[in-house]
Amino acid sequence: MINIYEVHETNEMIMHENLDVRTITMGISLLDCIDSDLDKLNANIYEKITRLARDLVKTGREIEDEFGIPIVNKRISVTPVALVGGAACKTPEDFVTIAKTLDRAAEEVGVNFLGGYSALVSKHMTAADELLIRSIPEALANTKLVCASVNLGSTKTGINMDAVRLMGTIIKQTAEYTKDDGCLGCAKLVVFCNAPDDNPFMAGAFHGVTEGDCVINVGVSGPGVVKHALESIHGQDFETLCETIKKTAFKVTRVGQLVASEASKRLGVKFGIIDLSLAPTPAVGDSVSDILEEMGLETTGCPGTTAALALLNDQVKKGGVMASSYVGGLSGAFIPVSEDQGMINAVRNGSLTIEKLEAMTCVCSVGLDMLAIPGDVAASTISGIIADEMAIGMVNQKTTAVRVIPVIGKDVGDTVEFGGLLGTAPVMPVNRKSCEEFISRKGCIPAPIHSFKN
Amino acid sequence: MKKTIITVVGHDKVGIIAKVCTYLSDHNINILDISQTIIDGFFNMMMITDTAQATVNASELSADLKAIGDNLGLIIRSQNEEIFNMMHRV
Repeated sequence: MINIYEVHETNEMIMHENLDVRTITMGISLLDCIDSDLDKLNANIYEKITRLARDLVKTGREIEDEFGIPIVNKRISVTPVALVGGAACKTPEDFVTIAKTLDRAAEEVGVNFLGGYSALVSKHMTAADELLIRSIPEALANTKLVCASVNLGSTKTGINMDAVRLMGTIIKQTAEYTKDDGCLGCAKLVVFCNAPDDNPFMAGAFHGVTEGDCVINVGVSGPGVVKHALESIHGQDFETLCETIKKTAFKVTRVGQLVASEASKRLGVKFGIIDLSLAPTPAVGDSVSDILEEMGLETTGCPGTTAALALLNDQVKKGGVMASSYVGGLSGAFIPVSEDQGMINAVRNGSLTIEKLEAMTCVCSVGLDMLAIPGDVAASTISGIIADEMAIGMVNQKTTAVRVIPVIGKDVGDTVEFGGLLGTAPVMPVNRKSCEEFISRKGCIPAPIHSFKN
Repeated sequence: MKKTIITVVGHDKVGIIAKVCTYLSDHNINILDISQTIIDGFFNMMMITDTAQATVNASELSADLKAIGDNLGLIIRSQNEEIFNMMHRV
């Protein structure tokens, strides 16, 4: 039987170490909503989302109350809208009507974000894909809860450099369209290489076409719990360090598994995956950077950071995999700058640069995330940053992503406030040497040799 | 049977168990086991209860006990036992 010390340990994690379930995300297929009539399509989408997700938020709250574990976000992901809207949308403005419909549906059911305003263009773009991408700035400026993502490359297909070039411009336009709001639109827009079909985390969540009609995916968190556990073994050898992370990740993930199976049962929706991620928040004590520093780094970004992050990421997976029946999504440590107080401090004190973050993305779950850069950085430079990150993902057969915010009217040393979970971003310096000529080349970068496995 | 763990954490004082037990009795919740100890200088009490026949649902139970705790300057939580089993038992 459970004893008082075990109960105490769990409750300490919840009350003092920020243990929570970061998100319950309901994936909804919109493929059966497709119609060539735009009004009919929008009506179908609104009806399906509000019907399936009607009880999502309420059920999440009931689970929170019953188990005493906070579930921070309840969210929805949908089939990439470029696929859903292709038959009905003839202009970017047509796609914007779908974004508005998604926003209304998300608001109606009470979720705090809806992802899937997306296009999958890792090889080439269809006409619909391009229309959707071109509609992103207006769509994000005219909605509150919709998140957009574009998959620009994969290990199997290579990198679609035409789309990489286009996204540099689209990110700048999105910043311009939302400049009165801290260029917030860019915080809801992410580009990927090797995007997973079952990611529950925003801004990159979408419900892939390999998925069923409706599914529950859960993202766990708990950087504060890992940090606390490491404090208790301060200075000990790597074996102890790794074992401690693994055991802690196991415990954290088990809670996610419980919440996922309860949500699935109560909603009558199939359980998909647990995403084993250490997702920080701006709250004090909920930082991935703090874990790295507890391991023995003076400041995140100093030599040793990549190794420490690689170790952390691997042990989180090793501990988490056994705790859950199905693991998927991004699964790893997130390093979003604006959402992690330790990362923000490391940028401010000059220790953490974009180049070091890029190295870190080789060994952690995602990529260059929530970076603010000067608003006057050229679109081609943003495309260059994206291309580098896509190359890391393509060659290393992992997911990588870029979510940068060119902050109009701000420069290095300034700060932009997004508020809430999106946090505060110090504007970071960018290498301004031009890659214009490289980015201007048409076509694709072919798939790497090790993708030919058949 | 539906096991719910009720925990009380804070500074010890007269009448804590009485208040919680009265509430549980009023709402048809059976106490299966009680244990208490001092952890890090704080009074910790754990009750294992059966809420299968309770006249309140889990959300109401949690909110009511929190309110009792707030009045006494204590943290009182109720949680389905399963969260602890999941975390501490393979």
